[in-house]
Amino acid sequence: MPQDLYILAILDGLSYAALLFLVALGMTLVFGVMNIVNMAHGSFYALGGYMAATLGLWATSQGLSPAWSLLILPLAAVIIGVVFGGLMETSLMQRIYSKDPILQLLVTFSAFMIFEDFQRLVWGTQPYFVSDIVNYLGTTEVLGITYTRYQLMLLPGVALAVFIALRSFLKFSSVGRQIIAVSHNREVSTALGINVKRISLFTFMVGSMLGALAGALASPTVSWVPGIGGEMIVLSFAVVATAGLGQIEGALVAAILIGLARSFAVYLMPEVEVLVPYLIMVLVLLFRPQGLFSVAQARRV
Amino acid sequence: MSKPKIVVIILTLLALLLPLALPWLKTPLILGTAFGIAALGISILIISGQISFGHALFVCVGGYAVAFTVRKWTHMDSALLLVVGTAVGAVIGAIVGSFVVRYRGIFFGMLNLALSMVLFAVLGKFFNVTGGTDGLRLERSPFFGFNMERDAFETVLLITCVVLALLLGWLVQRYLRSVAGQALSAIKTNETRLEYVGISAYQALLIGYIISAALGGLSGALFAIAQGLVTPEMGYWVRSGEIVFVAILGGVGHPVGAFIGAGIFEFVKLFAAAYLTGAWQMVLGFVLIAMVFLAPRGISALLEDKKHKEGA
Amino acid sequence: MKMSLLSRSVIAATALAISALGMTGALAQSKPAELKVGITTFLSGPASVFGVPAKAAAELYIEQLNAAGGINGVKIVPTYIDEGVGADKLLSEYRRVVQETDTKVMLASISSGNCNIIAPVAEDLKVLNIMWDCGTEKVLEDKRYKYVVRTQANATTEMVATVLYLLKTKPDLKSIAVMNQDYAWGRDSWELFRNTLLALKPDVTISAELFPKFGATDYSTEISRLQALRPDVILSTSWGGDLDTFVRQAAQRGLMKTSLFVLPLAESSLERLGTTLPDGVIVGSRGDHYFLHPEHKTDAKLNNFVKKFKEKTGSYPIYSVYHMVQGLDGLVAGYNKAIKANKGQWPTPEQVAEAMRGMEFRGLTNTVKIREDGQGLEDQLLGITKKTAAYNFPTLEKIIVYPADLITTPVGQKSPEWVKTIKPELLNNPRIKQFN
Repeated sequence: MPQDLYILAILDGLSYAALLFLVALGMTLVFGVMNIVNMAHGSFYALGGYMAATLGLWATSQGLSPAWSLLILPLAAVIIGVVFGGLMETSLMQRIYSKDPILQLLVTFSAFMIFEDFQRLVWGTQPYFVSDIVNYLGTTEVLGITYTRYQLMLLPGVALAVFIALRSFLKFSSVGRQIIAVSHNREVSTALGINVKRISLFTFMVGSMLGALAGALASPTVSWVPGIGGEMIVLSFAVVATAGLGQIEGALVAAILIGLARSFAVYLMPEVEVLVPYLIMVLVLLFRPQGLFSVAQARRV
Repeated sequence: MSKPKIVVIILTLLALLLPLALPWLKTPLILGTAFGIAALGISILIISGQISFGHALFVCVGGYAVAFTVRKWTHMDSALLLVVGTAVGAVIGAIVGSFVVRYRGIFFGMLNLALSMVLFAVLGKFFNVTGGTDGLRLERSPFFGFNMERDAFETVLLITCVVLALLLGWLVQRYLRSVAGQALSAIKTNETRLEYVGISAYQALLIGYIISAALGGLSGALFAIAQGLVTPEMGYWVRSGEIVFVAILGGVGHPVGAFIGAGIFEFVKLFAAAYLTGAWQMVLGFVLIAMVFLAPRGISALLEDKKHKEGA
Repeated sequence: MKMSLLSRSVIAATALAISALGMTGALAQSKPAELKVGITTFLSGPASVFGVPAKAAAELYIEQLNAAGGINGVKIVPTYIDEGVGADKLLSEYRRVVQETDTKVMLASISSGNCNIIAPVAEDLKVLNIMWDCGTEKVLEDKRYKYVVRTQANATTEMVATVLYLLKTKPDLKSIAVMNQDYAWGRDSWELFRNTLLALKPDVTISAELFPKFGATDYSTEISRLQALRPDVILSTSWGGDLDTFVRQAAQRGLMKTSLFVLPLAESSLERLGTTLPDGVIVGSRGDHYFLHPEHKTDAKLNNFVKKFKEKTGSYPIYSVYHMVQGLDGLVAGYNKAIKANKGQWPTPEQVAEAMRGMEFRGLTNTVKIREDGQGLEDQLLGITKKTAAYNFPTLEKIIVYPADLITTPVGQKSPEWVKTIKPELLNNPRIKQFN
């Protein structure tokens, strides 16, 4: 493959990786703190996208410039994260901490099923494509190939910014350090006086917000249809499993790895493109099940 | 007679007699029973505390095995095709299980999920071999040596399904009461203690895995023969989730649970399609959540005699 | 009990007479109170932008038909089935509608994959199945059906017309890339297009063959790849939401400036895409379905329906709408022909299917003829996009209409092979009509 195609493949892979990272980040954060895999996480992705589309359409109808999308997209994410994330945590997640892991998974799977129908009831079955912000930001050329600035710069930029912000938050703020404490040991944290219930609620909302943010950012570039949440869940599993559950830095690397692998596949062997994320997941789980980046833990594998 | 046995008789009678009044119910009943058989397989793993979110892999494998076989040997008897589906399911189960059963908990679940998605992607992509997302069609084969018209074929298939369900339910119950089966629940409660007693957890779980895979393969074969069609959707992860859902809803304590769960699932789907137009997932989601809080061991657990529980 | 030969003969004769009466009783059906028709269309997912207008058309047209008395006084009652639920769920629903509600006439389907699956099932269930929109040629070429007919053209007719138009527009093309949906239609249509193109212009290079999955929502990487390859022509037989997304993403990235786009199914996306679709794109209409059809400018039936459809839905009709109307008109014409042949008695589905073969009828544009193998012969219209002030979406200019019988595989032959025998002289056939 000629030299410049490598660069193009990398550029394509990075913007896809940015979205994967944001979704996986939310899931891995929730797992780290609450030790539950949220099977409904992909639904937040879908809801974030739908909310962004609705707000975008409203903004256009009010005559607002597309630049407002830069505010609207995160707003959509926050709304979904707080409202639906909060709702799910208080009504469901809180009550299943002491239950059998199988039941925990099933409850989140039921939440997924409920959200799937909810989306259809509220937003209908026809596709949404609200892309004004993409057209507004225009294009750039790299090696003779035109890319949208949105895809090339905004998406990876936001992902990186979120990564840095989250890391700093967890390391340096008081709430952040409480979150880390709870993720290490719930009981001891309670003994130390940390309000674990509130921390859990907060973390779950942030995690859902991140998933919704990924959806909001993705929705201007693709057609938004029912079922998009279900696909995203499996892909985010692939990233999270490859990185290691609870690993934030690892999630970034794993997302880049999978994003690049997929885009290289489209250039070299398009038939295997859909397989790539799952193959990577299988290989990692087989040979290093705790993930590529986790610290050795006394954990039953 | 114990309550579960009564329910078994009621379900069997419903399955055989309802179609006399409403003949179009035959196909949904066949599919529901096939689904129950897959759930029966998954309940074996659930007893060992492991949840596989990828068992639709075996349903898919069984179905496609039947489709490919019919294309090659066009007049193979349907009864033989069912054996083929089950056998292929078991073989693939043995291969996959040989490495998968070393894992526990979330890793077991995720690995199964990943493998089923790989199969799903492969089947959808290789259009020329697998028919891609359109799937493969099958012609109707003779059954027990007779060439039949659609009506008679469906009746025979339904009766076969019910007989298989009863037989397999009974066999699984016996298996679970045997040493190999009891070892499974020991894996859930304390695996180290099991090894101390001298029983290999690996072997016990592998046997359970192969049986569940075989039941999945049989389920897939039944789907394939009943529908005349196999598609990659049969292996999608949401289908795996639905199988687990059904098993938990019905309860793993007694084999009839798998079929109670499958019955409720199909019933809600059918009537939501007619009246609630498309909100069936929401209804089922709420039902399961309610179950988890009110009756976490499933509906079949509700049937257990109180006296029996206290006495034990 | 021993019976004499006479008694036995009397009993046998009586039995025969009774069964004969019973059989004619079955044939001589009295007119039903209503005619139930099952219609499959996409009501969810990306393809719903294509399927929902067809449903609106059916509702509108059936209302019109019933107001005019229905078929010989019998009103039509439709049931709609969503193709968007996936092939196996669709099949279950199809069977349920046929068996539970005793529906004997079905219009199915849009998706070629679904037609392939449903045709043998319809034959098995002995219900009349009119393939009202799917294009795969294989379904009627691989097998002879009694109960299955098609009231529109197939992939062969459409792809051959597209190749002819392309060669007329850009006779010196050197390279072509294809991006089709990965299912029966996408694969079959490419096979036919490629065979035809190579038969007429063997020196063309095929730069890439991309098959993203049906319902894919993101084509960014494929677009990058196509940009890097820079083919002269990019072909896509995508339709519905998939095509909309592809065009939007391709336009954002400037791909439509560097290659000539050939989109045989894009008539159905013209209004939705609006100004996103630039000038100079070759657009087909899977038939001759265009609300500004040059041969029917003053036609009352077409113009009235366009007006009513726009009132009801706010948009102009797309080819799925025309196909739906054609399917219903074909059904009505079939019943009328069968009733005449039956001397006024209500016909069985088998008799209607029989009557539809050899029949000629008209939907909203040119007449369609159905051959003995059930395949419809439908003329093809293609044009090039051009923005006008009159509408907020591009219209078609340089329109050419190709007569169906010139470009459809003869009965009994297999299309992928037949198209290889097409001669370049066909490009200049005098029956091809050009408009400006």
